[in-house]
Amino acid sequence: MNESQALTEALAGALTGAVSEPLLLSLRVAGLATVAALPLAIAVAWVLARLKFPGRSLLDGLVHLPLVLPPVVVGYLLLLAFGRQGWIGGPLEQWLGVSFAFRWTGAALACAVMGFPLMVRAIRLSIEAIDPRLEHAARTLGASPWRVFVGVTLPLALPGVLAGAVLGFAKSLGEFGATITFVSSIPGETQTLASAIYQATQMPDGDALALRLSLVCAGLSMLALLVSEWLARRMRHRAVLS
Amino acid sequence: MSRLELSVRLRRGAFALDVAMTSEARALAVFGPSGAGKSTLLALLHGQWRPQAGRIVVGGRVLVDVAAGIWVPPQERRIGVVFQDALLLPHLDVRENLLYGARRGAWWRRSAAIGLDDVVDLLGLQGLLKRNPQGLSGGERQRVAIGRALLANPDLLVFDEPLSSLDYERRREIMPAIVRLRDEGRVPIVYVSHAVDEVARLADEVLVLEQGRVLAQGAAGEVLALAGRDGMAGQFGAVSVIDVVVRSHDERYGLTQLAHPAGAIAVPGVVGQPGERHRLLVRATDIALAVSRPRDVSFRTVLIGRIRQVDLPEGPIARVEIALRGHGRLVALVTRKALDDLGLDVGDEVHALLKATALDERSLAYAPRVR
Repeated sequence: MNESQALTEALAGALTGAVSEPLLLSLRVAGLATVAALPLAIAVAWVLARLKFPGRSLLDGLVHLPLVLPPVVVGYLLLLAFGRQGWIGGPLEQWLGVSFAFRWTGAALACAVMGFPLMVRAIRLSIEAIDPRLEHAARTLGASPWRVFVGVTLPLALPGVLAGAVLGFAKSLGEFGATITFVSSIPGETQTLASAIYQATQMPDGDALALRLSLVCAGLSMLALLVSEWLARRMRHRAVLS
Repeated sequence: MSRLELSVRLRRGAFALDVAMTSEARALAVFGPSGAGKSTLLALLHGQWRPQAGRIVVGGRVLVDVAAGIWVPPQERRIGVVFQDALLLPHLDVRENLLYGARRGAWWRRSAAIGLDDVVDLLGLQGLLKRNPQGLSGGERQRVAIGRALLANPDLLVFDEPLSSLDYERRREIMPAIVRLRDEGRVPIVYVSHAVDEVARLADEVLVLEQGRVLAQGAAGEVLALAGRDGMAGQFGAVSVIDVVVRSHDERYGLTQLAHPAGAIAVPGVVGQPGERHRLLVRATDIALAVSRPRDVSFRTVLIGRIRQVDLPEGPIARVEIALRGHGRLVALVTRKALDDLGLDVGDEVHALLKATALDERSLAYAPRVR
């Protein structure tokens, strides 16, 4: 308990505007990135785990691309696609008034893309671990494919889905290259923890701030780990009880 | 009773299934060695796989017609399936598993639908409802799987080797429930198995598959006796199924006397009630033959019949088919030498000796009630 109290105090001391702003922004960006990417990640994971179709390896490769590409390249490609003049960003802004360029939502988009492969991987593994005959058994009992997915596949894959969400969230918190390339590092709008630390290290007297930000970052990562551990324990417990 | 029509073709790698059959049996057993295509046939029936060509019609309802582009998805087939390994949903408890199909199947429920309480009684599931599937024994799981399939109120109930992963005690626990189901006549049954005693016990009609083709189809007693003849040698032990009536119990010796026109049959143990019809299973290897009625032997059962056919394969063992006096057919395996020494041949009257100890309660099965 003492360690966590000390940690809380240190965090509280560190939570001045220069720290709290990027911290809250990071949480918001990572939260949106995770929540927005999760449904698509589940869908893609299910498709890769359960469907056989031509072009499956292509989709698989595409999903994994952000994992192997330099983040700067991903950020640059996002800029090309979703920038004001981009081939998606242009029409989006023109017709729907939605813009990602230099907005915090753009940072979330970059984080979502970067975290996507990790989420899909974790979820796909847990879906592949489910005996497909269980799903077929549910169908012989009158459940439609959608009901089977919601009532059988998803609950059984829940550990993987949660693991994927935590991984995606953690990845988003640390994402730097793609974000700064795509939406730059505007304080209060797109300056997340990672880019704030980078900025601080570039300032002549920024070492103290960089250290404080780094401590917050470490604390946050630790917290994410603890939460995922707790979730995993809880689910094992439930699996035994239920 | 509902009619099953199947004519399907499927090729998967080196394996080819080509089956055409119809049946109106209340309990049809699909029988054959492993790899014969039994489970494949079932998978086509309950929609796990699609045939490359053919039609499947259950009770007048077309489920599959490749030529007409019809393929009813599994959830609309109204075919309840009991899988070899139960496949209970691990995240639900027994009660939720039982009701899974009942809820989903609500739209096809008819007034005569069976309720949860009936199923719990029928299968002895009291006390299991709150348990989770992981904590159940293999036999309990299988009973829950049967209940779950029943509660979905299917038009047809199919069993895919439901007992093959269970030990003898567990089998004894489940077989009576399946026999009861058959006798209640709520729903026709298709039962896949490679165990001859299960098939003989349950089936009105037997379909024998081998290498993806129908080898024989007919009444259980007829078809099972064919083993060892034609192409069916060695695939499974020949078994005769004889219809008998319980005559009396011999309390003093602990025997049950069964009546048959060809002779009285003694079975160890007190089985059934006088007057009840039963099926008796006799393995071809448990029979000895005599030219005249022997005296001074320990065999208590002597059945009289006439040799109908003798098959002499390459090896030392001959297969003798005997038409019993009255009705029924008995298959015996004896050495070729014995046949020659006794001078037995087709048309001769013969006495078949049954060793009582080879007949235990497993050999006796309730005959399906007359329709």
